[in-house]
Amino acid sequence: MKSKNKWLSAPYMLWSVVFIIIPLGMILYYGLTDKTGAFTLNNIIAITTAGHAKALRLSILLSLISTLVCFLLGYPLAMILANMKAGRHNFIILIFILPMWMNFLLRTLAWQTLLEKNGVINNVLTFLNLPALKIINTPAAIVLGMVYNFLPFMILPLYNALSKIDRNVINAAHDLGADSVYTFIRIILPLSVPGIISGVTMVFVPALTTFVISALLGGSKLLLIGDVIEQEFTRTSNWHLGSGLSIVLMVFIIINMVLSAVFDKDGEGSML
Amino acid sequence: MRNTAKRIYVALIILFLYAPIGTLMVLSFNASKTRAKWGGFTFKWYIELFQNEEILRALFNTMLIALLSALAATVIGTVACIAMTGMKRRTKSIMMGITNIPMLNAEIVTGISLMLLYISLGIKFGIGTILLSHITFNIPYVILSVMPRMKQLNPSTYEAALDLGASHLTAFFKVVLPDLLPGILSGFLMAFTMSLDDFIITHFTKGVGVDTLSTKIYTEVKKGIKPEMYALSTLIFVAVLTLLLLINLSPDKKTS
Repeated sequence: MKSKNKWLSAPYMLWSVVFIIIPLGMILYYGLTDKTGAFTLNNIIAITTAGHAKALRLSILLSLISTLVCFLLGYPLAMILANMKAGRHNFIILIFILPMWMNFLLRTLAWQTLLEKNGVINNVLTFLNLPALKIINTPAAIVLGMVYNFLPFMILPLYNALSKIDRNVINAAHDLGADSVYTFIRIILPLSVPGIISGVTMVFVPALTTFVISALLGGSKLLLIGDVIEQEFTRTSNWHLGSGLSIVLMVFIIINMVLSAVFDKDGEGSML
Repeated sequence: MRNTAKRIYVALIILFLYAPIGTLMVLSFNASKTRAKWGGFTFKWYIELFQNEEILRALFNTMLIALLSALAATVIGTVACIAMTGMKRRTKSIMMGITNIPMLNAEIVTGISLMLLYISLGIKFGIGTILLSHITFNIPYVILSVMPRMKQLNPSTYEAALDLGASHLTAFFKVVLPDLLPGILSGFLMAFTMSLDDFIITHFTKGVGVDTLSTKIYTEVKKGIKPEMYALSTLIFVAVLTLLLLINLSPDKKTS
């Protein structure tokens, strides 16, 4: 399969240019021009206005918390799964992908039923004589929704990276006198960095830019930057402003992409 | 002791992921129209579901788009993988970089960028635009599943087939393709699932009057979700679960 197969890449290259590169160029164009087509930076500077800046700050804060929670929940889980019997690989991946077959809006809505004042969880808590949870329509509920929706995207890359670690390396560390904590810090953790970077990216970016979860679980008062952009496009139809704000978001995404390119050259932390 | 703790931890996470699904299943049998209270057990939503034309049309659109976009993405992605193996390292890493853009980029940005593209090209919004968008974000999933298989491939088998007189096409279909098949299948399945569950990109690239299940649910959120929707999701979920259990468990028993 040598160089003469090069033309085979033509369809995909063409597709990428038309549907990936050019559309991104269009966002840049709309974001950097006004309605008359003249160059302007106003759409980008608009991020500093009080409402937009507040939405961006809240988005960054909530997505950082969600990413951290996903990491803390996901890492031990991925370690347990990676140490399980081999040959179960596909089955484990399936467990975390299967929920996606039930619509994500419905699954997120179901959390309303679970979290409500008289919801399922509070009924159980009252039955156990525990204090009731009051998190629906608060930032905490948004974080829960983000963790719920994006946790699989943290677990799968971590699981992939961890299960690729050669058991002999870990055994060698033990033989040479390292205890399990030391082995974890010096061997397992550094070798799982590609998975960590990929997992963090796969959770942080969607969490930062989501607009549905906040609307479903956060009540109508909490606006995230994704909500603001969505409204500029669907309600006020100010595409220039919406594109400008998207460019601001893309800066965060590009930082993330560069990080994953540097730390994960061979795609070892990929999801599949 | 430690093993028990580990099992409990795994079980808790799985409970967390599946609790909303259980809730929706219970709601699909709830005679009361609101989510808030239990009005007794009923099958009526399952019957009414099949008389609700709007939901059935949305279901048809969703399945059609998922199937066609996954098929197209599988073909384009697999061909791209084959082409990339013959490339120089540099070109290959640029291609993989571009492949990663739709996966790493925010869905909202992908969605609006495609919307701006269709507007400026004057393409009419509808099933076609949704389909093009879904193919775009599905291709990376196919490439990422096929690529590892491609790397494991032994190039000598292909050359051996050629030496023994097979044409390039025969050698490809008889020797290379069977080795790639597991990767291609899981890529297809992944693409199908992602298309099915997508809301954000569809939201920006659909036309007026065209709905998939996701966008239909989104418009229903404000007026209250019709219980038929819970019934439909339960049916889909149970069907897929049964199918996957059959596929996954039967070969497992043979090997162990």
